[in-house]
Amino acid sequence: MTLLDVALAVAGLLAVAGGVAVVSTKQLVRAGLWLVVALGAVAVEFLLLGAEFAAWVQVLIYVGAVVVLLLFAVMLTRAPIGPSPDLDRPLLPALLVGAAAGLGLAGLFAAAFGRLTVPAPGAGTAQKLGTAIFDDWVLPFEVLSVLLLAALVGAIVLSRRESTR
Amino acid sequence: MIRPVIPLLTAALLFGLGTYGVLRRRNAVLVLMSVELMLNAVNLVLVTGDVLRPKVTGQVFTLFVIVLAAAEVGVGLALVLRLFRLRRDINLDQVPLDEEPEPDPAPAPVLDEEPTR
Repeated sequence: MTLLDVALAVAGLLAVAGGVAVVSTKQLVRAGLWLVVALGAVAVEFLLLGAEFAAWVQVLIYVGAVVVLLLFAVMLTRAPIGPSPDLDRPLLPALLVGAAAGLGLAGLFAAAFGRLTVPAPGAGTAQKLGTAIFDDWVLPFEVLSVLLLAALVGAIVLSRRESTR
Repeated sequence: MIRPVIPLLTAALLFGLGTYGVLRRRNAVLVLMSVELMLNAVNLVLVTGDVLRPKVTGQVFTLFVIVLAAAEVGVGLALVLRLFRLRRDINLDQVPLDEEPEPDPAPAPVLDEEPTR
């Protein structure tokens, strides 16, 4: 265990704790705020793994935009301030499938990578990433921009008022 | 030296939590939040994979997944708001899947009025 391992483990624990709070809290707005904790901890893991650009994009897009959008939705659907009693479905099936997926994957990873150690990643550069995107992945990149446009138009059409017909 | 198993285990647990949340939660916004947890778990696996190899393909895909998540959340929330405007409720249990929407709601109960805050 090196210092980097300890930092990764701490950030991982923080992310999992945030995730537990997101799926178990009784208060809608707090679920959004716990999501910030979980996503921020994942961004810290990205930084520790040498993926600076991905980490800052995560902070900008996820914590900055997606969570704010989710909180907007919470407010616009008039969520009550304070605990809501009716947020949950029955426990057993969800617990069964969730535990099977999570622990199954964890066991798989532990069996496959349990003893593996690799050299610590150096400081990542956005240059490498940019070269990869615009050399090998430029077509998916452009397709993605079209998809974003389609999503934008779709969201506008969906949220238009009916009475404007 | 680092052990890649640590972030991988984190990702596995986050994915399990997301699955649990999607199945357990009834509120549509909370389901979307759980989906975000699952997408983040996948991103973490992709970034961890880059530590094992010299290329940065995993980070490229992480960026793509983040963009897809932004698009997904935009459209998803538009759907949620639409559902709320139609039914005054975003409980996913109570969406009738077999009910045809009325072609022209003559009394127009909620569609035409401004939502009063």
